[in-house]
Amino acid sequence: MHYDTMKLIRMAGQMADFFRNQPDRPAAEAVAEHINSNWAPQMRSDFLDLIASGAEADPIVRDAAAFVQLPAA
Amino acid sequence: MKDFIIPSRDMGTPAVKSDVTVTLTVDGIAVSVPAGTSVMRAAAVAGISVPKLCATDHVSAFGSCRLCVVQIDGMRGTPASCTTPVSEGMVVHTQTDEIATIRKGVMELYISDHPLDCLTCAANGDCELQDMAGAVGLREVRYEPGASHFAKRSAEGPNPEWRPKDQSNPYFTFDPAKCIVCSRCVRACEEVQGTFALTIEGRGFDSRVSAGMQSDDFLSSDCVSCGACVQVCPTATLIENKVIEIGTPEHIVKTTCAYCGVGCSFDVHMRGEEVVRMVPSMDGKANRGHSCVKGRFAWGYATHQDRKLEPMIREKITDPWRVVSWDEALGFAASRLRQTQADYGRDSIGVITSSRCTNEETYLVQKLARAVFGNNNTDTCARVCHSPTGYGLKTAFGTSAGTHDFDSVEETDLALVIGANPTDGHPVFGSRLRKRLRQGASLIVIDPREIDLLKTPHMGLGLHLPLRPGTNVAVVTSMAHVIVAEKLYDEAFIREKCDWDEFLTYAEFVLDPKHAPEEVEKLSKVPADLIRNAARAYAAAPRASIYYGLGVTEHSQGSTTVMAIANLSMLCGNIGVPGTGVNPLRGQNNVQGSCDMGSFPHEYPGYRHVSDTETRELYQRVWGVELSPEPGLRIPNMFDEALAGRFRGLYCQGEDIVQSDPDTRHVTSALSAMDIVIVHDLFLNETSNYAHVFLPGSSFLEKDGTFTNAERRVNLVNRAMTPKNGYEDWEITQMLANRLGGHWAYTHPREIMAEIALTTPSFAGVTYDLLEREGSVQWPCNEAAPLGTPLMHIDGFVRGKGKFMHTEYVATEERTGARFPLLLTTGRILSQYNVGAQTRRTDNVAWHPEDILEIHPSDAENRGVREGDWVRVASRAGETTLRAHITERVAPGVVYTTFHHPTTQANVVTTDNSDWATNCPEFKVTAVQVSPSNGPSDWQSEYQTHSDLSRRILPTAAE
Repeated sequence: MHYDTMKLIRMAGQMADFFRNQPDRPAAEAVAEHINSNWAPQMRSDFLDLIASGAEADPIVRDAAAFVQLPAA
Repeated sequence: MKDFIIPSRDMGTPAVKSDVTVTLTVDGIAVSVPAGTSVMRAAAVAGISVPKLCATDHVSAFGSCRLCVVQIDGMRGTPASCTTPVSEGMVVHTQTDEIATIRKGVMELYISDHPLDCLTCAANGDCELQDMAGAVGLREVRYEPGASHFAKRSAEGPNPEWRPKDQSNPYFTFDPAKCIVCSRCVRACEEVQGTFALTIEGRGFDSRVSAGMQSDDFLSSDCVSCGACVQVCPTATLIENKVIEIGTPEHIVKTTCAYCGVGCSFDVHMRGEEVVRMVPSMDGKANRGHSCVKGRFAWGYATHQDRKLEPMIREKITDPWRVVSWDEALGFAASRLRQTQADYGRDSIGVITSSRCTNEETYLVQKLARAVFGNNNTDTCARVCHSPTGYGLKTAFGTSAGTHDFDSVEETDLALVIGANPTDGHPVFGSRLRKRLRQGASLIVIDPREIDLLKTPHMGLGLHLPLRPGTNVAVVTSMAHVIVAEKLYDEAFIREKCDWDEFLTYAEFVLDPKHAPEEVEKLSKVPADLIRNAARAYAAAPRASIYYGLGVTEHSQGSTTVMAIANLSMLCGNIGVPGTGVNPLRGQNNVQGSCDMGSFPHEYPGYRHVSDTETRELYQRVWGVELSPEPGLRIPNMFDEALAGRFRGLYCQGEDIVQSDPDTRHVTSALSAMDIVIVHDLFLNETSNYAHVFLPGSSFLEKDGTFTNAERRVNLVNRAMTPKNGYEDWEITQMLANRLGGHWAYTHPREIMAEIALTTPSFAGVTYDLLEREGSVQWPCNEAAPLGTPLMHIDGFVRGKGKFMHTEYVATEERTGARFPLLLTTGRILSQYNVGAQTRRTDNVAWHPEDILEIHPSDAENRGVREGDWVRVASRAGETTLRAHITERVAPGVVYTTFHHPTTQANVVTTDNSDWATNCPEFKVTAVQVSPSNGPSDWQSEYQTHSDLSRRILPTAAE
């Protein structure tokens, strides 16, 4: 990693802290949607790499990875 | 739009609102006015100017000068027309032999104690005393010379009644020799500004206008230099120094202030291309004729010698600058940007727009990124101030904007002010709020610091909840707990405008005992009773409004607090009615506009997501290019990506990111890693130290465009003078775009607005013709609301049903501990603005020459810090030094400073923590340690050296 990419995990963790308290839908999906609509593709791909490499994260954040999308190549 | 006549006539007394209309005749002319109107104003409506000296429509009638007397059939004597209300069928005569004699007598007395140096007087040609002497036909003054206030000496020696001029204020002069003691200034200070700095001391012949105590001059007094007294003075007693220096203006250009988000309308009084003075417009719908020291007086930066007027470039940021032609600068910038994209990919460059620029400029800069760079890497400085407002209010209500207009404050019964300091940050709104507080409205302030609003003279209930920085969500949610637990909510409103089942789930959430005031007291340090009383007062007020600022948004839970605020307003039905609402006070003139104009990397103009196919296809059609459906980088992400080596080029318009963004070292390292940084600004700002291209910008006095204020009001900015740098800013962006193959051909900002209206539903009806006709409009402005929308969500929310979000408090990661035991929070002061680039280049430095650290006496004593000492402030990000001021305004454990001066570098200590939803930095909470210091830190000294080196400019060949 070129820089402190763990920041991405931290930011996703903050989202999890918010969405875990919302009743409407599973928090992981809400976190993923927030990431999909606000993070540039590079950030999303770095995030997925971090999760895939086993980065320590809130369970909601780990579950969110399944719903985070990358642009069609 | 140039206006060669005096724009608004003084009607003598303020307008009155009434449902009842009264008809009377004045000099045989029938006229109908609202009941309660003065005879003087009714006459003015009929086109008749009754002579007057103490009356003006800025302040309520006083009835002291006796010049405005009239005769009314059936009434005895000669009543003063300013204090006499109209009645049905009244027959008024404004000129009779008896009245003429009285008026001449009154004028003769006034003139007997007034100097007759009219030809060399600064008010010559603009003096109401002179005008009135003419109007009443005064031809002689029969009094023998005797005791006077104006003669410096008499035959017997120095005149003990004479007082010298007070020139302590840098912008205006008070000359007691010319004063007629009409007390307009005293009343304006009370009624309009609400400061009560001025008074009349003495009685009878000894009556004088005084700025407080005998020992006080205007500068040392409570005076905040708003200019209201100068504006109403009928003589040359209080007059702008610029008028003394230049003379009277000869034409007026209407424009909008370029400072805070209040967006005051101003009349720029010009002589040729020189500004003589800026006077707030009586017809300005945000400010209603009032101003503050910044807008009124602090415009000298526009012509300051520090302004750079020629483009400059350099190969490396360690080189000195080289002055070049526009052609060379734009060519250099364009080829480097394209080279960077060729080497590192389409997404390797981006733009930052500014909330100080016009809507049209901002629109073009984001268009440059999307349509010409081919990515969505566009962001605006609103990222670091109000991005949580956008997200929070859109989630709750469906629109990213405040709900009400400023006029609404006149009808509020209670104002809840959270994380804002209106009398310093938004002074004209602060004055309007104070006026309402004096009429009996209640005030609740939630803020770590005791703000001046709490010291409003003659106000009713004022509660202060001095919370610990970072606990907003806990406190506001606890208020909701009390409202739900005590069933103080507005059930009918919630059932009609929100989803009842959703409310029930929310009620269950807030009723959790952890949200009870007693629990929240433990972490917020706000006494439980105070939280309860505040909640009850907010719920009990028939019309309660919420105003908030950056103390809400600039937190790791900024967006959550905005939603918690929205919840409160929905719970109590405080939305959709005048006097209520949720109103963000925007920091800069065009924060609202820069957000509206699609500056954010994930949204097109009008807050439509870049992945929305319909919107994207619309822009593809209008712009004629393929657009990316992927969100781009936000400002903090740009810096992170720059340090990763993937983001390498930036065009930054009107924004000093080195000074205004958190964790300065992180920002400067990121900028140093880039291949091309283009700074487009009035000055060689701090960011330009890391730039390769400098494009000189134009000031708001030099261009056409629009600003959108905190009430969604689109206001016109009109060019008063030729741009000193040669081009208006939108033209410069267009030239750069065209160098990159943009093929843009705008010839005036009105054409840019036409494109905005064409593509953005909420702006569909906005045209320059409409703005020129109406003065301003508030979006949404479209077919459904052709003249705009002062109040939103009247018949329901824009998103349909209002949404209650669950606002759980999450402690920030920024925690105090043994190393950093204090919490630093930051704010603004009246006389300075933002990073100070403008105000530091004016005489406003008379009030605030440096940033000061406020610290509680007990914290100071523990550390051996005395008043005025240099102290070192250190956080985990960095350290800086500044002087300490010991005060109980801050609670123990909390320290406070402003960020107006680059040498202070408050942002060296702020961290990269940010809002969970928007990455808005957590400026308002930094754990720090404070210790005595000998002077500037090593970092500050190094920075100064680096800064001096980076600003070198090579002499041009001709020199």
